[in-house]
Amino acid sequence: MVKPNLLKDIINIWGCTGLSGIDSTEYGFRIGALSTWTEVRQATALPPALIECAATVGAQQIQNRGTVGGNIVNGSPAGDSLPMWLVLDAEFEVASTRGVRRIPASEFWTGYRKNAMVDDELLVAVHIQPKSTDILHYRKVGTRMAQSISKVVLGARLRIADGRPIEARFAMGSIAATPVRLPTVEAAVLAGEGADAATHMAQDITPLDDIRSTSGYRLNVATRVVRSFLEQYLGA
Amino acid sequence: MTQFSLNGHTTSVDAPPMTRLIDVLREQLRLTGTKEGCGEGECGACTVLIDGLPVNACMIPVVQAEGTQILTVEGLAEDERLHPIQTAFINYGAAQCGICTPGFVVAAKALLDAQPNPSRTEVREALAGNLCRCTGYQKIIDAVVEALGGQP
Repeated sequence: MVKPNLLKDIINIWGCTGLSGIDSTEYGFRIGALSTWTEVRQATALPPALIECAATVGAQQIQNRGTVGGNIVNGSPAGDSLPMWLVLDAEFEVASTRGVRRIPASEFWTGYRKNAMVDDELLVAVHIQPKSTDILHYRKVGTRMAQSISKVVLGARLRIADGRPIEARFAMGSIAATPVRLPTVEAAVLAGEGADAATHMAQDITPLDDIRSTSGYRLNVATRVVRSFLEQYLGA
Repeated sequence: MTQFSLNGHTTSVDAPPMTRLIDVLREQLRLTGTKEGCGEGECGACTVLIDGLPVNACMIPVVQAEGTQILTVEGLAEDERLHPIQTAFINYGAAQCGICTPGFVVAAKALLDAQPNPSRTEVREALAGNLCRCTGYQKIIDAVVEALGGQP
């Protein structure tokens, strides 16, 4: 990629009202790409786990400026919100002069800080359809409570009917080049393994060693945060 | 030219659009109360209020200041009268090396405006984006809790 010329190649979109605003739709919500984390925290109609997620993005100075779209397009594997979009089956509305299209979150992050948008496309909004029947869960593990970059970040969604899980979605960040789903753990939950489903973690992730943490620690913590979530809703 | 209100005064600056707001404040406008700590949005030493909201001036390109109202630590005192938050910092000895102090004071001002009489927990959360390398947090939080009307 050619490095942008900061004097000529940058368009300031801050303040473009068409890109902000969190609105209820027929099916769920349309979250404008320029919505800040402060605005997400204040949008009390959104799922509580998403509001909880917004509250862990930096501290208020960052939340007043950092945006939903910025987090998504920056595409850091440690991006706090990314696992939530995966488990919510979010769709990203992107626009160019050719028109508008939607990219499912599951197809968006194609590599380390790479995404499926082409050069002239702009992310304009995120669409989610949360179901009131679903349990939605967010957990970030960092070095300390405030302002830290995550070592492991978990998004989870569980639907239980007649005491049995009938839908399970798990996604994690900070453990690979992109946020990832946990298909083996999900299948084990649906197969009735309960909290022990978390023991399949090593089949789904091979965490990285980096400046913030070791692979072994991440695998251990990833297993623990999934297990404690499952214990809470499916019993030990 | 970029025009904004700075501590209540209309101000115009001529700077390339991606110039960091902190550099405009310190270098062009000579308001050196706003400090640079990390320069990457982690430490809060450069906290200023834009339209009432605390932000890190090291992360704001000046083009995004156009038409806004900016408050820096210099805008808190009225003539020689210190703001109650500043007085509380003095009374509690809530400064050691002092580099982080303006950022804490401005972040506390935002909390005061948004929510009079916050709890100690709310004060701690509102100040979570400000780091004190001398680790003098207790006195800082005591000062802010008292200045904002609570019992430290």
